[in-house]
Amino acid sequence: MMPLGFTRLDFYYLLPELIVTAGAVALLGGDVLLARGRHRLLTWVGLAFLGAAAVALAFISGREGTVAQGMYSVDGFAVFFKLLFLVAAALTILMSHRYLDVEGARPGEYYFLVLCATLGMMVMAAGVDLVTLFIGLETMAVSFYILVGYIKPSRRSNEASIKYFLLGTFSLGLLLYGMSLLYGLTGSTELRTIATTLAGGRGGPLLALAVMLLVAGMGFKIAAVPFHAWAPDVYEGAPTPITAFISVGSKAASFAMLLRIFFEGLPAFRMDGLGTIFGQPLGWTYFFYVLSIVSMTLGNLAALTQNNLKRMLAYSSIAHAGYLLIGIVAATPRGVMAALVYLMVYTFMQLGAFAIVVLMRRQDVIGDELKDLSGLSVRQPAAAVAMLIFMLSLGGIPPTAGFMGKFSLFAAAIESGYVGLAIIGVLNSAISLYYYVRVVVYMWVRREEAAAPPVVMSRALALVLIVAVAGTLVLGVYPRALFDLAQASASTLGRADQALGLLR
Amino acid sequence: MLDAIAFYTLAALILAFAIAVITARNPVHSVVFLVINFLAVAIVYIVLGAEFLAMIQVLVYAGGIVVLYLFVVMLVNLKRGPEAHQDPRRQTGAGVGLAVAVLAELTAILAYTGRNPLPAVVPAASARGPGGNTEQLGWLLYTTYLIPFEVASMLLLVAMIGAIVLARKVD
Amino acid sequence: MSAYFIAHFLLIFLVFNMLVMSAAFMVWMERKVCAYIQDRVGPNRVGVEGLLQPFADVLKLLMKEELRPKAADAFLFTIAPIVSAAAAFTAFSVIPFGSETTLFGLLDRPLPLEVTDVNVAVLVIFAITSMGVYGIVLAGWSSNSKYSLLGGLRSSAQMISYELSYGLALAAVIVLGGSLSLRELVLNQTGYWFHVIPRWYIFLQPLGFLIYLTAGVAETNRAPFDFPEAEQELVAGYHTEYSSMSFAMFFLAEYINMVTVSAVATSLYLGGWLGPILPSWLGWLWFLLKVLLLLFFYVWMRWTLPRYRYDQLMEFGWKWLLPAAVVNLIATAALVLWIG
Repeated sequence: MMPLGFTRLDFYYLLPELIVTAGAVALLGGDVLLARGRHRLLTWVGLAFLGAAAVALAFISGREGTVAQGMYSVDGFAVFFKLLFLVAAALTILMSHRYLDVEGARPGEYYFLVLCATLGMMVMAAGVDLVTLFIGLETMAVSFYILVGYIKPSRRSNEASIKYFLLGTFSLGLLLYGMSLLYGLTGSTELRTIATTLAGGRGGPLLALAVMLLVAGMGFKIAAVPFHAWAPDVYEGAPTPITAFISVGSKAASFAMLLRIFFEGLPAFRMDGLGTIFGQPLGWTYFFYVLSIVSMTLGNLAALTQNNLKRMLAYSSIAHAGYLLIGIVAATPRGVMAALVYLMVYTFMQLGAFAIVVLMRRQDVIGDELKDLSGLSVRQPAAAVAMLIFMLSLGGIPPTAGFMGKFSLFAAAIESGYVGLAIIGVLNSAISLYYYVRVVVYMWVRREEAAAPPVVMSRALALVLIVAVAGTLVLGVYPRALFDLAQASASTLGRADQALGLLR
Repeated sequence: MLDAIAFYTLAALILAFAIAVITARNPVHSVVFLVINFLAVAIVYIVLGAEFLAMIQVLVYAGGIVVLYLFVVMLVNLKRGPEAHQDPRRQTGAGVGLAVAVLAELTAILAYTGRNPLPAVVPAASARGPGGNTEQLGWLLYTTYLIPFEVASMLLLVAMIGAIVLARKVD
Repeated sequence: MSAYFIAHFLLIFLVFNMLVMSAAFMVWMERKVCAYIQDRVGPNRVGVEGLLQPFADVLKLLMKEELRPKAADAFLFTIAPIVSAAAAFTAFSVIPFGSETTLFGLLDRPLPLEVTDVNVAVLVIFAITSMGVYGIVLAGWSSNSKYSLLGGLRSSAQMISYELSYGLALAAVIVLGGSLSLRELVLNQTGYWFHVIPRWYIFLQPLGFLIYLTAGVAETNRAPFDFPEAEQELVAGYHTEYSSMSFAMFFLAEYINMVTVSAVATSLYLGGWLGPILPSWLGWLWFLLKVLLLLFFYVWMRWTLPRYRYDQLMEFGWKWLLPAAVVNLIATAALVLWIG
């Protein structure tokens, strides 16, 4: 029996989410049912479900519309992000395979939470209703609060978890406040209805307040300055694969939600309508403009002095949030496309860099200090080369995908007339090279630990590195396919108006 | 008119008890004020004609969650203030400043909005189902809001599993 | 001041006093039944068969001094018994105990025999019962005594644990009846199957009834689940430090809660005031009889079964009762969906 107002078709379009949910529950059951020594099997169970979800995703790609009574969209934009999340989740699970053994943590609930976080992200990317979006965000966030504290004997992990929880909850409160104001102004939680209701009149200062709260709430989630304070501590304390997943998945999902809210719900207020500031009309791009500049600059400057690899990557990820915001400031399909491209590229290079940190974690070595990398070129040359590629890509050096991503972002900014923003972005990229190259210097030039035993790489981790390197290089050399996909996806944002399932 | 009186009385009560929650020296008193606060909110729901929501508010928040708060507060000895209170001026100065700024901002916005009233908001999507308040809520949850509702069930499962994971002894 | 209003007012007055009297009567019944179970005679000095004994007890309590430990939290110590008693009285206010009556044509419209008719009555009872926990917890904490604190903690843990099974058992009945109003639920049980078996929900929900009864005993902190008081371990539990009227209020609350739990069971599972032979305006007699039987069952159980161990209680609640209640609810919902 179908719920009223639903058809089988609705569930067909929800298949990827349903498979991920089923996978999460199956992992939980498997954890209870499997014998003690066989828990390593769960890794492959989780991957199988993610793979199945990706296949289901392929079936629904290319459609455009909403299902489930207009609460949920099936468009290229959602499919693009869901693909990104599935890839990131799969790589995270692969990374965790040996890491959990080393930490002595149980894999069952861990993989369950990873899949639940993935489910939350998928909902965030596809929701076109404030309620749906918020529930998705909350599902992802709660999963991460627990995952961050998963290594219980580690005090750093505990501290990171409680910090993430407190600040995360606070930011969700701000976001919710903003959403409730939007609801109060329009009488609807549907983004489309909000857009049409607000298109006629002007929201006035209440709308400005709502937008400010939404910007602050989402700013927390994407770790943009000045809402970034949690990032370094959380990144440092969390289990490394989870750090990777947060920095990639959570950030991409939050960007997806941000794009949904602002491009679908408040398209009329891009440049003006929220009052005036310094005599200029105020639109929401203004907030992101400021956020983008301070995030890039402060993130990069703070990263310069870090000696801990995970903290350095945390600040670098803050800076990257700044770069990504350029695409949103541009507020054109071109800008959105550039942001999408960069998010996909960022997934591969950032996950790859964290995979190296995971590799350095051995029985009694935490391995997240820069000096732990000393002499890696001798101890594990393949990993050192991979790390070199990731660092160059993060810095935006030409043959890699990072360059293509940054290039398209800056191009979009210039096209929209934000030449200054593009220049600041380029300058920042130059600054960032200093600390990315510093990592390389440690691996090749500093040899004091060259005599240390070679670093052994598990097959699962090798697979992660191969995928990440391939992604970083192929997308750098042949970005056409990605650009086309992102272009097609970005163009569907805000266009999914007809219902695919039952007419509502 | 009667509705307005009821609302403003309750709003005043809610605010007063909210302030009492954060100013009470004794954490157990704070929790008790919180319960009263929740009960007042429940009455607001009743005034709005949402009796199902009101009862759920009492049942879940006032009756369930806050009892657990009380549990923790009673078991954890909170007689001694946290160490951050060593230098009270350091934090509170900035805090009060910010609070005043936000208050001023909100007042300005309210004053502005009061002078330029917004166009009347369309009432929330009228429920399509049959029957009273409870039926309508159930109807909406299982039709329009089915997806968020089901995802919320996963969210609660995550929270449950998470609590167990975090509370379990390290083996 | 219409006749209806006066009648309603009198009804409320009557219900309130009946509740107080029921507590007194319960004390007498408890002592009498206990005595017979233990092969004694029980109170037989004050009044016929000791019927006036409870009044003597109350008088004694009233004349005692009101004590408060020096280190107690004065405010909470004072309001805790009030919260307990108030919650107990309020919960009964939405229970219908008879059909409508015009008092032989005295009233212009029929007066339903209940204090107030609420369309979410089941939830109201549930919500107010959950408020009653505060009386006990706060009493335990504010007394500043280890026995009280332990009693209060135990009781709140117990009540929260069993509230879930209690609520889920009720939910199954709500699914069957399709209403949250007790009056409607009772009226849904009108009629007979095969002309003999009354259409009471107990026959559709035997498991649910058992779960409800068990959880109800735990909710009211009665033996064999009387841990909050467990006199051998905790002196008297949460009300160790209370005396005189404040003690009486806890006492009152406990017995009224029993009456409420029995009355809800009667309404939901045993057809409320419905019954054969008697005309409908005397239906409240059936109601009284059914409640009385359940109350007797409570007393009988108390003096027959030994107390559980605390960890057993928790394990039973979470690992057996709750899953059983969930299965019962799902099965009921599936059947209702299937049969229609």
